[in-house]
Amino acid sequence: MIGPDKTMHDDNNRFPRLPWILLGLGIIFLAIGSYIGLFVAPPEALMGQVQRIMYVHVPTAWNALLALTFAFVCAVIFLFKSDWKWDARMEAAIEVGVVLGFLLCCQGSIWAKPTWGVWWDWDPRLTTTAVLVFAFLGILALRKFVDDPGRRAIWSAVATIIASVDVPIVYYSVRWWNSLHQLQSSPSTVSRQFWLPLRMNAFGILFLMTAFIMLRARVASMRLAQELVPPPPAVGEGV
Amino acid sequence: MLTAALRKELLLQWRSRAQFMAVFVFGAAALLLFSFAVGPVAEMLRQFSAGFLWLGLLLSSTLTLAESFHAEMENRAMEGLLLLPANPRALYYGKAIANWLQLTLLGIALIPVMVVLYDAGTTRIPMLILVIALGTAGLSAPGTLYAAMTAQVRSKQTLLPLLLFPLIVPALLASVKATSLIILGDPMNQMRSWIVLLASFDAIYWSLCGLLFGNVVEE
Repeated sequence: MIGPDKTMHDDNNRFPRLPWILLGLGIIFLAIGSYIGLFVAPPEALMGQVQRIMYVHVPTAWNALLALTFAFVCAVIFLFKSDWKWDARMEAAIEVGVVLGFLLCCQGSIWAKPTWGVWWDWDPRLTTTAVLVFAFLGILALRKFVDDPGRRAIWSAVATIIASVDVPIVYYSVRWWNSLHQLQSSPSTVSRQFWLPLRMNAFGILFLMTAFIMLRARVASMRLAQELVPPPPAVGEGV
Repeated sequence: MLTAALRKELLLQWRSRAQFMAVFVFGAAALLLFSFAVGPVAEMLRQFSAGFLWLGLLLSSTLTLAESFHAEMENRAMEGLLLLPANPRALYYGKAIANWLQLTLLGIALIPVMVVLYDAGTTRIPMLILVIALGTAGLSAPGTLYAAMTAQVRSKQTLLPLLLFPLIVPALLASVKATSLIILGDPMNQMRSWIVLLASFDAIYWSLCGLLFGNVVEE
Protein backbone atom coordinates (compact mmCIF):
# COMPACT_ATOMS: atom_id res chain seq x y z
CA MET A 1 0.00 0.00 0.00
CA ILE A 2 1.22 3.43 -0.84
CA GLY A 3 1.66 5.96 1.92
CA PRO A 4 1.46 9.74 2.00
CA ASP A 5 4.19 11.49 0.12
CA LYS A 6 5.24 14.93 1.29
CA THR A 7 6.95 15.87 -1.94
CA MET A 8 3.87 15.33 -4.04
CA HIS A 9 2.47 18.79 -3.74
CA ASP A 10 5.87 20.35 -4.36
CA ASP A 11 6.39 18.17 -7.44
CA ASN A 12 3.22 19.39 -9.05
CA ASN A 13 4.04 22.92 -7.98
CA ARG A 14 7.69 23.09 -8.93
CA PHE A 15 7.11 25.90 -11.41
CA PRO A 16 4.42 27.99 -9.75
CA ARG A 17 4.46 30.72 -12.40
CA LEU A 18 4.68 28.51 -15.49
CA PRO A 19 0.96 27.70 -15.87
CA TRP A 20 0.06 31.40 -15.73
CA ILE A 21 2.66 32.24 -18.37
CA LEU A 22 1.37 29.41 -20.57
CA LEU A 23 -2.19 30.59 -20.00
CA GLY A 24 -1.27 34.08 -21.21
CA LEU A 25 0.68 32.74 -24.19
CA GLY A 26 -2.19 30.44 -25.09
CA ILE A 27 -4.73 33.27 -25.07
CA ILE A 28 -2.46 35.44 -27.23
CA PHE A 29 -1.79 32.65 -29.74
CA LEU A 30 -5.47 31.73 -29.88
CA ALA A 31 -6.48 35.36 -30.39
CA ILE A 32 -3.99 35.95 -33.23
CA GLY A 33 -4.68 32.57 -34.84
CA SER A 34 -8.43 33.08 -34.69
CA TYR A 35 -8.11 36.61 -36.06
CA ILE A 36 -6.12 35.37 -39.06
CA GLY A 37 -8.48 32.45 -39.44
CA LEU A 38 -11.60 34.60 -39.33
CA PHE A 39 -10.55 37.75 -41.20
CA VAL A 40 -7.29 37.27 -43.11
CA ALA A 41 -7.38 33.76 -44.55
CA PRO A 42 -9.54 33.47 -47.69
CA PRO A 43 -12.78 31.48 -47.49
CA GLU A 44 -12.48 27.91 -48.64
CA ALA A 45 -13.62 27.20 -52.21
CA LEU A 46 -16.18 24.46 -51.57
CA MET A 47 -17.42 25.01 -48.03
CA GLY A 48 -17.09 28.81 -47.85
CA GLN A 49 -17.18 30.57 -44.49
CA VAL A 50 -18.34 27.51 -42.57
CA GLN A 51 -14.94 25.97 -43.05
CA ARG A 52 -13.36 28.57 -40.74
CA ILE A 53 -14.44 26.51 -37.76
CA MET A 54 -11.70 24.11 -38.81
CA TYR A 55 -9.12 26.49 -37.34
CA VAL A 56 -10.38 25.70 -33.89
CA HIS A 57 -11.93 22.27 -34.51
CA VAL A 58 -8.81 20.51 -35.74
CA PRO A 59 -6.51 21.89 -33.00
CA THR A 60 -9.12 20.91 -30.40
CA ALA A 61 -9.10 17.38 -31.76
CA TRP A 62 -5.30 17.13 -31.60
CA ASN A 63 -5.16 18.46 -28.07
CA ALA A 64 -8.04 16.37 -26.78
CA LEU A 65 -6.23 13.26 -27.97
CA LEU A 66 -3.00 14.56 -26.49
CA ALA A 67 -4.58 15.18 -23.08
CA LEU A 68 -6.13 11.71 -22.94
CA THR A 69 -2.90 10.10 -24.13
CA PHE A 70 -1.15 11.92 -21.30
CA ALA A 71 -3.80 10.53 -18.91
CA PHE A 72 -2.97 7.04 -20.15
CA VAL A 73 0.75 7.65 -19.62
CA CYS A 74 0.04 8.94 -16.08
CA ALA A 75 -2.05 5.84 -15.35
CA VAL A 76 0.72 3.48 -16.46
CA ILE A 77 3.38 5.37 -14.49
CA PHE A 78 1.15 5.45 -11.42
CA LEU A 79 0.59 1.69 -11.49
CA PHE A 80 4.32 1.07 -11.76
CA LYS A 81 5.65 3.69 -9.37
CA SER A 82 2.70 4.29 -7.01
CA ASP A 83 3.62 7.94 -6.87
CA TRP A 84 0.71 10.18 -5.91
CA LYS A 85 1.70 13.08 -8.09
CA TRP A 86 0.86 10.97 -11.15
CA ASP A 87 -2.60 10.33 -9.77
CA ALA A 88 -3.16 14.07 -9.50
CA ARG A 89 -1.85 14.58 -13.02
CA MET A 90 -4.07 11.82 -14.36
CA GLU A 91 -7.14 13.38 -12.77
CA ALA A 92 -6.23 16.75 -14.31
CA ALA A 93 -5.55 15.28 -17.75
CA ILE A 94 -8.80 13.30 -17.83
CA GLU A 95 -10.86 16.32 -16.85
CA VAL A 96 -9.26 18.60 -19.41
CA GLY A 97 -9.46 15.86 -22.03
CA VAL A 98 -13.16 15.32 -21.40
CA VAL A 99 -13.86 19.06 -21.67
CA LEU A 100 -11.91 19.27 -24.93
CA GLY A 101 -13.66 16.15 -26.23
CA PHE A 102 -17.04 17.64 -25.43
CA LEU A 103 -16.09 20.91 -27.14
CA LEU A 104 -14.92 18.86 -30.10
CA CYS A 105 -18.32 17.21 -30.43
CA CYS A 106 -20.07 20.60 -30.17
CA GLN A 107 -17.84 22.23 -32.80
CA GLY A 108 -18.26 19.20 -35.03
CA SER A 109 -22.04 19.44 -34.78
CA ILE A 110 -22.00 23.16 -35.58
CA TRP A 111 -19.91 22.41 -38.66
CA ALA A 112 -21.89 19.33 -39.67
CA LYS A 113 -25.33 20.95 -39.71
CA PRO A 114 -24.68 23.36 -42.63
CA THR A 115 -22.25 21.02 -44.39
CA TRP A 116 -23.79 17.56 -44.10
CA GLY A 117 -27.29 18.78 -43.21
CA VAL A 118 -27.34 16.80 -39.94
CA TRP A 119 -26.09 17.49 -36.44
CA TRP A 120 -24.65 14.07 -35.97
CA ASP A 121 -23.33 11.33 -38.16
CA TRP A 122 -22.15 7.83 -37.36
CA ASP A 123 -18.73 8.41 -38.71
CA PRO A 124 -15.78 6.62 -37.04
CA ARG A 125 -14.07 9.67 -35.63
CA LEU A 126 -17.25 11.28 -34.39
CA THR A 127 -18.45 8.07 -32.80
CA THR A 128 -15.06 7.34 -31.30
CA THR A 129 -14.90 10.81 -29.76
CA ALA A 130 -18.35 10.38 -28.25
CA VAL A 131 -17.45 6.95 -26.88
CA LEU A 132 -14.20 8.37 -25.53
CA VAL A 133 -15.99 11.22 -23.75
CA PHE A 134 -18.46 8.81 -22.16
CA ALA A 135 -15.74 6.35 -21.16
CA PHE A 136 -13.70 9.02 -19.40
CA LEU A 137 -16.79 10.62 -17.87
CA GLY A 138 -17.44 7.21 -16.34
CA ILE A 139 -13.93 7.23 -14.87
CA LEU A 140 -14.45 10.71 -13.42
CA ALA A 141 -17.71 9.44 -11.89
CA LEU A 142 -15.83 6.47 -10.44
CA ARG A 143 -13.35 8.86 -8.85
CA LYS A 144 -16.21 10.78 -7.25
CA PHE A 145 -17.78 7.65 -5.77
CA VAL A 146 -14.67 6.13 -4.20
CA ASP A 147 -13.64 7.85 -0.98
CA ASP A 148 -10.47 5.92 -0.20
CA PRO A 149 -7.67 7.74 -2.08
CA GLY A 150 -5.57 4.60 -2.57
CA ARG A 151 -8.35 2.61 -4.15
CA ARG A 152 -9.54 5.60 -6.13
CA ALA A 153 -6.10 6.10 -7.63
CA ILE A 154 -5.51 2.46 -8.54
CA TRP A 155 -8.99 1.82 -9.87
CA SER A 156 -9.12 4.90 -12.01
CA ALA A 157 -5.65 4.13 -13.37
CA VAL A 158 -6.83 0.62 -14.28
CA ALA A 159 -9.99 2.00 -15.86
CA THR A 160 -7.98 4.59 -17.79
CA ILE A 161 -5.71 1.92 -19.24
CA ILE A 162 -8.69 -0.24 -20.22
CA ALA A 163 -10.50 2.70 -21.82
CA SER A 164 -7.39 3.83 -23.73
CA VAL A 165 -6.84 0.37 -25.17
CA ASP A 166 -10.44 0.51 -26.39
CA VAL A 167 -9.95 3.64 -28.50
CA PRO A 168 -8.34 2.08 -31.60
CA ILE A 169 -10.74 -0.88 -31.44
CA VAL A 170 -13.75 1.43 -31.35
CA TYR A 171 -12.30 3.45 -34.20
CA TYR A 172 -11.74 0.51 -36.52
CA SER A 173 -14.98 -1.24 -35.64
CA VAL A 174 -17.02 1.87 -36.40
CA ARG A 175 -15.03 2.40 -39.56
CA TRP A 176 -16.01 -1.03 -40.79
CA TRP A 177 -19.55 -0.33 -39.77
CA ASN A 178 -20.04 3.00 -41.51
CA SER A 179 -17.93 5.80 -42.96
CA LEU A 180 -18.39 9.32 -44.36
CA HIS A 181 -16.01 11.86 -42.72
CA GLN A 182 -13.59 13.80 -44.85
CA LEU A 183 -9.90 12.97 -44.48
CA GLN A 184 -8.08 14.26 -41.42
CA SER A 185 -6.76 17.78 -41.88
CA SER A 186 -3.12 18.35 -41.12
CA PRO A 187 -0.81 21.18 -42.16
CA SER A 188 0.37 19.04 -45.07
CA THR A 189 -3.13 18.53 -46.50
CA VAL A 190 -4.04 22.22 -46.54
CA SER A 191 -2.41 25.07 -48.43
CA ARG A 192 -0.21 27.69 -46.81
CA GLN A 193 -2.88 30.38 -46.32
CA PHE A 194 -4.82 28.03 -44.08
CA TRP A 195 -1.73 26.63 -42.47
CA LEU A 196 -0.73 29.62 -40.33
CA PRO A 197 -3.97 30.07 -38.32
CA LEU A 198 -4.21 26.31 -37.89
CA ARG A 199 -0.73 26.16 -36.40
CA MET A 200 -1.24 29.24 -34.24
CA ASN A 201 -4.44 27.88 -32.76
CA ALA A 202 -2.94 24.44 -32.28
CA PHE A 203 -0.18 25.92 -30.15
CA GLY A 204 -2.62 28.27 -28.43
CA ILE A 205 -4.83 25.41 -27.32
CA LEU A 206 -1.78 23.31 -26.45
CA PHE A 207 -0.54 26.06 -24.10
CA LEU A 208 -3.99 26.52 -22.58
CA MET A 209 -4.38 22.78 -22.12
CA THR A 210 -0.98 22.43 -20.47
CA ALA A 211 -1.73 25.35 -18.17
CA PHE A 212 -5.11 23.91 -17.19
CA ILE A 213 -3.65 20.46 -16.56
CA MET A 214 -0.88 21.93 -14.40
CA LEU A 215 -3.26 24.07 -12.37
CA ARG A 216 -5.79 21.26 -12.01
CA ALA A 217 -3.05 18.81 -10.98
CA ARG A 218 -1.98 21.29 -8.31
CA VAL A 219 -5.53 21.42 -6.94
CA ALA A 220 -5.75 17.63 -7.02
CA SER A 221 -2.42 17.34 -5.20
CA MET A 222 -3.55 19.71 -2.49
CA ARG A 223 -6.77 17.76 -1.98
CA LEU A 224 -4.85 14.47 -1.91
CA ALA A 225 -2.37 15.83 0.60
CA GLN A 226 -5.30 16.74 2.83
CA GLU A 227 -6.92 13.32 2.43
CA LEU A 228 -3.71 11.47 3.20
CA VAL A 229 -3.02 13.26 6.49
CA PRO A 230 -3.73 10.72 9.24
CA PRO A 231 -6.78 11.70 11.30
CA PRO A 232 -6.02 13.41 14.63
CA PRO A 233 -6.11 11.01 17.61
CA ALA A 234 -9.51 10.86 19.29
CA VAL A 235 -9.95 12.93 22.45
CA GLY A 236 -9.25 10.96 25.56
CA GLU A 237 -7.20 8.31 23.79
CA GLY A 238 -4.08 7.39 25.80
CA VAL A 239 -1.37 10.04 25.54
CA MET B 1 -6.46 -23.28 -8.56
CA LEU B 2 -8.47 -21.98 -11.47
CA THR B 3 -10.69 -25.07 -11.48
CA ALA B 4 -11.31 -24.68 -7.75
CA ALA B 5 -12.28 -21.02 -8.24
CA LEU B 6 -14.50 -21.92 -11.18
CA ARG B 7 -16.15 -24.75 -9.25
CA LYS B 8 -16.94 -22.38 -6.41
CA GLU B 9 -18.51 -19.87 -8.80
CA LEU B 10 -20.57 -22.46 -10.64
CA LEU B 11 -21.79 -23.94 -7.37
CA LEU B 12 -22.78 -20.46 -6.19
CA GLN B 13 -24.61 -19.80 -9.43
CA TRP B 14 -26.37 -23.16 -9.30
CA ARG B 15 -27.56 -22.45 -5.78
CA SER B 16 -28.88 -19.03 -6.76
CA ARG B 17 -30.58 -20.16 -9.97
CA ALA B 18 -33.66 -18.18 -9.01
CA GLN B 19 -31.51 -15.12 -9.79
CA PHE B 20 -30.83 -16.48 -13.27
CA MET B 21 -34.54 -17.00 -13.87
CA ALA B 22 -35.27 -13.45 -12.72
CA VAL B 23 -32.62 -12.04 -15.08
CA PHE B 24 -34.02 -14.14 -17.93
CA VAL B 25 -37.53 -12.82 -17.30
CA PHE B 26 -36.09 -9.29 -17.23
CA GLY B 27 -34.36 -9.86 -20.58
CA ALA B 28 -37.51 -11.35 -22.14
CA ALA B 29 -39.56 -8.41 -20.85
CA ALA B 30 -37.02 -6.02 -22.37
CA LEU B 31 -37.37 -7.79 -25.74
CA LEU B 32 -41.12 -7.47 -25.47
CA LEU B 33 -40.87 -3.76 -24.69
CA PHE B 34 -38.44 -3.04 -27.54
CA SER B 35 -41.11 -4.07 -30.03
CA PHE B 36 -43.30 -1.22 -28.81
CA ALA B 37 -40.58 1.20 -29.87
CA VAL B 38 -41.01 0.05 -33.47
CA GLY B 39 -44.68 -0.83 -33.67
CA PRO B 40 -46.30 -4.00 -34.95
CA VAL B 41 -44.51 -4.03 -38.31
CA ALA B 42 -43.19 -7.56 -38.74
CA GLU B 43 -40.61 -6.69 -41.37
CA MET B 44 -39.07 -3.84 -39.30
CA LEU B 45 -38.99 -5.95 -36.17
CA ARG B 46 -37.14 -8.63 -38.08
CA GLN B 47 -34.63 -6.05 -39.32
CA PHE B 48 -33.92 -4.84 -35.79
CA SER B 49 -34.14 -8.21 -34.06
CA ALA B 50 -30.37 -8.66 -33.69
CA GLY B 51 -29.96 -5.23 -32.13
CA PHE B 52 -32.83 -5.83 -29.75
CA LEU B 53 -31.48 -9.23 -28.72
CA TRP B 54 -28.10 -7.72 -27.88
CA LEU B 55 -29.51 -4.70 -26.08
CA GLY B 56 -31.67 -7.04 -24.02
CA LEU B 57 -28.66 -9.17 -23.29
CA LEU B 58 -26.54 -6.13 -22.42
CA LEU B 59 -29.12 -4.73 -20.00
CA SER B 60 -29.57 -8.13 -18.35
CA SER B 61 -25.82 -8.61 -18.16
CA THR B 62 -25.42 -5.56 -15.92
CA LEU B 63 -27.75 -7.27 -13.43
CA THR B 64 -25.78 -10.51 -13.56
CA LEU B 65 -22.41 -8.77 -13.36
CA ALA B 66 -23.38 -6.37 -10.58
CA GLU B 67 -24.55 -9.33 -8.52
CA SER B 68 -21.50 -11.44 -9.23
CA PHE B 69 -19.43 -10.09 -6.34
CA HIS B 70 -22.35 -10.08 -3.94
CA ALA B 71 -21.21 -13.15 -2.01
CA GLU B 72 -17.65 -11.82 -1.65
CA MET B 73 -18.87 -8.57 -0.13
CA GLU B 74 -20.58 -10.30 2.76
CA ASN B 75 -18.66 -11.03 5.95
CA ARG B 76 -15.47 -9.73 4.33
CA ALA B 77 -15.26 -12.92 2.30
CA MET B 78 -13.13 -11.16 -0.32
CA GLU B 79 -10.34 -10.60 2.19
CA GLY B 80 -10.55 -14.24 3.16
CA LEU B 81 -10.21 -15.29 -0.45
CA LEU B 82 -7.23 -13.02 -0.96
CA LEU B 83 -5.53 -14.47 2.09
CA LEU B 84 -5.56 -17.89 0.44
CA PRO B 85 -2.24 -18.88 -1.11
CA ALA B 86 -3.86 -18.43 -4.51
CA ASN B 87 -3.17 -16.03 -7.31
CA PRO B 88 -5.90 -13.37 -7.51
CA ARG B 89 -5.81 -13.99 -11.26
CA ALA B 90 -7.31 -17.43 -10.68
CA LEU B 91 -10.16 -15.77 -8.76
CA TYR B 92 -10.71 -13.37 -11.63
CA TYR B 93 -10.71 -15.98 -14.35
CA GLY B 94 -12.93 -18.27 -12.29
CA LYS B 95 -15.48 -15.54 -11.91
CA ALA B 96 -15.16 -14.24 -15.46
CA ILE B 97 -15.63 -17.71 -16.94
CA ALA B 98 -18.62 -18.36 -14.69
CA ASN B 99 -20.17 -15.02 -15.72
CA TRP B 100 -19.45 -15.81 -19.33
CA LEU B 101 -21.14 -19.21 -19.13
CA GLN B 102 -24.14 -17.68 -17.42
CA LEU B 103 -24.47 -14.91 -19.99
CA THR B 104 -24.09 -17.35 -22.87
CA LEU B 105 -26.83 -19.48 -21.37
CA LEU B 106 -28.96 -16.36 -20.99
CA GLY B 107 -28.34 -15.44 -24.63
CA ILE B 108 -29.30 -18.93 -25.78
CA ALA B 109 -32.43 -18.79 -23.63
CA LEU B 110 -33.39 -15.46 -25.21
CA ILE B 111 -33.12 -16.79 -28.80
CA PRO B 112 -36.56 -18.45 -28.79
CA VAL B 113 -38.08 -15.27 -27.36
CA MET B 114 -36.52 -13.28 -30.19
CA VAL B 115 -37.65 -15.80 -32.83
CA VAL B 116 -41.23 -15.77 -31.58
CA LEU B 117 -41.58 -12.02 -31.03
CA TYR B 118 -39.72 -10.73 -34.09
CA ASP B 119 -40.21 -13.61 -36.52
CA ALA B 120 -36.42 -13.84 -36.75
CA GLY B 121 -35.97 -17.54 -37.36
CA THR B 122 -32.73 -19.00 -38.64
CA THR B 123 -31.37 -22.46 -39.33
CA ARG B 124 -27.79 -21.51 -38.48
CA ILE B 125 -28.21 -22.12 -34.76
CA PRO B 126 -24.61 -23.29 -34.05
CA MET B 127 -23.27 -20.14 -35.71
CA LEU B 128 -25.67 -18.00 -33.67
CA ILE B 129 -24.52 -19.71 -30.48
CA LEU B 130 -20.90 -19.09 -31.45
CA VAL B 131 -21.60 -15.37 -31.92
CA ILE B 132 -23.44 -15.21 -28.60
CA ALA B 133 -20.55 -16.97 -26.87
CA LEU B 134 -17.98 -14.59 -28.38
CA GLY B 135 -20.09 -11.51 -27.70
CA THR B 136 -20.84 -12.38 -24.08
CA ALA B 137 -17.16 -13.17 -23.58
CA GLY B 138 -16.53 -9.56 -24.57
CA LEU B 139 -19.07 -8.39 -21.99
CA SER B 140 -17.92 -10.57 -19.13
CA ALA B 141 -14.16 -9.90 -19.23
CA PRO B 142 -14.26 -6.13 -18.56
CA GLY B 143 -17.63 -6.51 -16.82
CA THR B 144 -16.20 -8.80 -14.14
CA LEU B 145 -13.27 -6.45 -13.53
CA TYR B 146 -15.52 -3.40 -13.20
CA ALA B 147 -17.94 -5.37 -11.04
CA ALA B 148 -15.06 -6.07 -8.64
CA MET B 149 -14.56 -2.31 -8.32
CA THR B 150 -18.14 -1.14 -8.25
CA ALA B 151 -19.29 -3.84 -5.84
CA GLN B 152 -17.40 -1.99 -3.14
CA VAL B 153 -18.71 1.52 -3.74
CA ARG B 154 -21.92 3.44 -3.32
CA SER B 155 -24.46 3.39 -6.15
CA LYS B 156 -22.89 0.43 -7.94
CA GLN B 157 -26.01 -0.01 -10.08
CA THR B 158 -25.31 3.30 -11.79
CA LEU B 159 -21.57 3.09 -11.95
CA LEU B 160 -21.16 -0.34 -13.54
CA PRO B 161 -23.11 0.43 -16.74
CA LEU B 162 -21.55 3.88 -16.88
CA LEU B 163 -18.10 2.32 -17.03
CA LEU B 164 -19.00 -0.75 -19.05
CA PHE B 165 -21.26 0.54 -21.83
CA PRO B 166 -18.82 2.87 -23.63
CA LEU B 167 -16.13 0.24 -23.38
CA ILE B 168 -17.98 -2.63 -25.01
CA VAL B 169 -19.15 -0.61 -28.04
CA PRO B 170 -16.93 -2.61 -30.44
CA ALA B 171 -18.11 -5.96 -29.05
CA LEU B 172 -21.74 -4.87 -29.17
CA LEU B 173 -21.38 -3.54 -32.70
CA ALA B 174 -19.70 -6.69 -33.99
CA SER B 175 -22.17 -8.98 -32.20
CA VAL B 176 -25.19 -7.12 -33.56
CA LYS B 177 -23.74 -7.12 -37.07
CA ALA B 178 -22.84 -10.80 -36.97
CA THR B 179 -26.20 -11.79 -35.51
CA SER B 180 -28.10 -9.80 -38.06
CA LEU B 181 -26.04 -11.36 -40.86
CA ILE B 182 -27.09 -14.75 -39.53
CA ILE B 183 -30.77 -13.80 -39.40
CA LEU B 184 -31.06 -11.67 -42.55
CA GLY B 185 -28.50 -13.47 -44.71
CA ASP B 186 -24.94 -12.58 -45.64
CA PRO B 187 -24.73 -11.79 -49.37
CA MET B 188 -21.41 -9.90 -49.10
CA ASN B 189 -19.73 -12.57 -46.98
CA GLN B 190 -18.85 -10.16 -44.17
CA MET B 191 -19.36 -12.64 -41.37
CA ARG B 192 -15.71 -13.54 -41.10
CA SER B 193 -14.44 -10.02 -40.39
CA TRP B 194 -16.95 -9.46 -37.58
CA ILE B 195 -16.05 -12.79 -36.00
CA VAL B 196 -12.37 -11.84 -36.19
CA LEU B 197 -13.10 -8.45 -34.60
CA LEU B 198 -15.05 -10.10 -31.78
CA ALA B 199 -12.37 -12.69 -31.21
CA SER B 200 -9.61 -10.08 -31.06
CA PHE B 201 -11.65 -7.89 -28.69
CA ASP B 202 -12.08 -10.94 -26.46
CA ALA B 203 -8.41 -11.87 -26.64
CA ILE B 204 -7.29 -8.34 -25.73
CA TYR B 205 -9.67 -7.88 -22.82
CA TRP B 206 -9.39 -11.39 -21.39
CA SER B 207 -5.64 -10.94 -21.10
CA LEU B 208 -5.56 -7.26 -20.12
CA CYS B 209 -8.26 -7.52 -17.43
CA GLY B 210 -6.62 -10.62 -15.98
CA LEU B 211 -3.36 -8.70 -15.75
CA LEU B 212 -4.94 -5.69 -14.05
CA PHE B 213 -7.25 -7.56 -11.67
CA GLY B 214 -4.48 -8.06 -9.14
CA ASN B 215 -4.12 -4.28 -8.83
CA VAL B 216 -7.84 -3.83 -8.28
CA VAL B 217 -8.29 -6.22 -5.38
CA GLU B 218 -4.93 -6.02 -3.65
CA GLU B 219 -4.57 -3.49 -0.88
